[in-house]
Amino acid sequence: MNSNYNYAFLDEGSKREIRRSVLKAVAIPGYQVPFGSRELPIGRGWGTGGIQLTLSLIGPADTLKVIDQGSDESVNAVNIKKFVGLCTDVETTNDTRKATLIQTRHRIPEIPLRNGQILVLQVPIPEPLRIVEPCEEATKKMHAEKDYAPMWLQLYESLVKYKKVTIPTEYPCMVEGRYMMNPSPIPKFDNPKLHRAECLYLFGAGREKKIYAIPPHTEVVSLAFDDIPFERESFAGKKCRLCGSENTYLDEIFDPQTGERFFQCSDTSYCQEVRRHVSE
Amino acid sequence: MAYVAVSGGKEAIEESIKLLDYYKSGSDKDIEIEAIENKLGLLVDRVMSEAGLYSRTYAALALKQCEGSIEEAVFLLRAYRSTLARNYYTDTVNTDDMRVLRRISAAFKDIIGGQILGATYDYTHRLINFTNGESAAELHLAMQKKLAGQEPAEIVSCPRVSTGLKKEGLIDSFPQNDLNPHDVTVNMLEFPADRSARLQTLARADTGFISGLAYSSLRGFGQVHPTVGELRSGYVELCVPYPLSEGESVYIGEIMITEVECFNTADDKDQLKLAVGYGAVFGRNETKAIAMAVVDRELDSGGPHPAQNEEFVLTHGDSLEMNGFISHLKLPHYVTFQSKLDSVRKTRRPADE
Repeated sequence: MNSNYNYAFLDEGSKREIRRSVLKAVAIPGYQVPFGSRELPIGRGWGTGGIQLTLSLIGPADTLKVIDQGSDESVNAVNIKKFVGLCTDVETTNDTRKATLIQTRHRIPEIPLRNGQILVLQVPIPEPLRIVEPCEEATKKMHAEKDYAPMWLQLYESLVKYKKVTIPTEYPCMVEGRYMMNPSPIPKFDNPKLHRAECLYLFGAGREKKIYAIPPHTEVVSLAFDDIPFERESFAGKKCRLCGSENTYLDEIFDPQTGERFFQCSDTSYCQEVRRHVSE
Repeated sequence: MAYVAVSGGKEAIEESIKLLDYYKSGSDKDIEIEAIENKLGLLVDRVMSEAGLYSRTYAALALKQCEGSIEEAVFLLRAYRSTLARNYYTDTVNTDDMRVLRRISAAFKDIIGGQILGATYDYTHRLINFTNGESAAELHLAMQKKLAGQEPAEIVSCPRVSTGLKKEGLIDSFPQNDLNPHDVTVNMLEFPADRSARLQTLARADTGFISGLAYSSLRGFGQVHPTVGELRSGYVELCVPYPLSEGESVYIGEIMITEVECFNTADDKDQLKLAVGYGAVFGRNETKAIAMAVVDRELDSGGPHPAQNEEFVLTHGDSLEMNGFISHLKLPHYVTFQSKLDSVRKTRRPADE
């Protein structure tokens, strides 16, 4: 811990302001609360929304886990842990079950989170409607009027053109039947984990200066038509080459020598746990 | 297998930082902070302006730390700024009282207070001087000697060129607004933006971004050719309200700024008037100040062009935000790309599969 800086880097007033925005976000699930995003020693677009949430919430009793693309050891995850370690003395862990606060980019852990855990997601573009409307002033009105027709139209046009809904990650969902929400660039595979979860999900967009939340037990439904159900990424017939799991999100890996294709769990901590159980 | 990019992050970062140290060790000559501050003054000005933090010494420190990268230096200052509480807003500065070092008007030959060319590269020939010239110490001493015998001129208040045109009714006048600004460093910028938020955002914007936008407007994607009514740079005094006594202020120091007013013709019902665009930036950064004034006016007028679109202009010019988001593309995107691949593959499979 570097004592030149305040605990958790930001000044206390800023942290309190962020926590107030979090409370508002929890009170209105799926609604994007604007906040005075502070600049950090880590790049805008590198998870500063999530880091500000983590910094404003973290205390000595917490255990922190940071993952990037599902991995605890990824350069960005390591870098964020290093930064939090500079200005707090909290314990860090790779174990999803032990963490009280988990910051993540692009994944939700495979192990279901429980009551008392907070998952902080880093969000590049909080606005789900941005793909159909570039202007913030217009999308704010659309949310106010619950005018989500252009997004439905986008889905429909994709079906007509490709016979599939082609939105990959950042697949929009409706929260408690009121606000359309961008779940951040998690794969569609993870969307169902948001629905009626035990834990609190917080979303932070530093560059776009928005915070939003899914409190426990909230209804979160991925957009779909009655006759065309929501479809996740499919890994049918494939399994992790390390732990053998057939029900996880898989990274596709090429052997540069042979050109052979492998799959392995994107959630490295989960993968290790399965392997430990197998070997015991 | 060679491809295990998702692990070993910690060692990779440590080794990467060592390599940075190697790049910085390229010569045994040191650059002193004082030298950066005083001999690379325009670079320091630009960094302070884009960081929105006025400290020559810290800007020089930041530049030294990052091999002179403007975006990295701005980044360091902004991050440092986040650790400080915002305690006061200064009183509104009346730039009529500026200690003027340079002042020109492209609109009128004779202006009250006179034109002062001051220091400018505008009329130099840009020929590289291949000899390194005299030593720093000699140059410094010679300049001090020259100045020693001179009497400082009396500082006189210098009314703005636009004041006369306002009196004539050619430029709209507005009542003084002393409200605290909508501070974009502590509040999210919302649209339509408050004018104070707009000016603050433009003043902190990346010099290249805002200059390019202004250029697009001059070339035809906008109102074409404004006139620089006045450009002045010099020192202004800053005061903050004295907390223990209502209505009193305390002097806290002075800063160097460059301020510009541009004039455009504009509709005024069935006649014409002049409309002003305003620019003010830290230090001597005239292109940015003029560009800011051009863009300010474009945003007032609105229209179909990029420089006239408030959201477009104000959300894409922040050094930290643009460089941060562009550089994040270097982060791994294995998960999202896997999902994209899945979407692409699904559309290419025969429908009956």
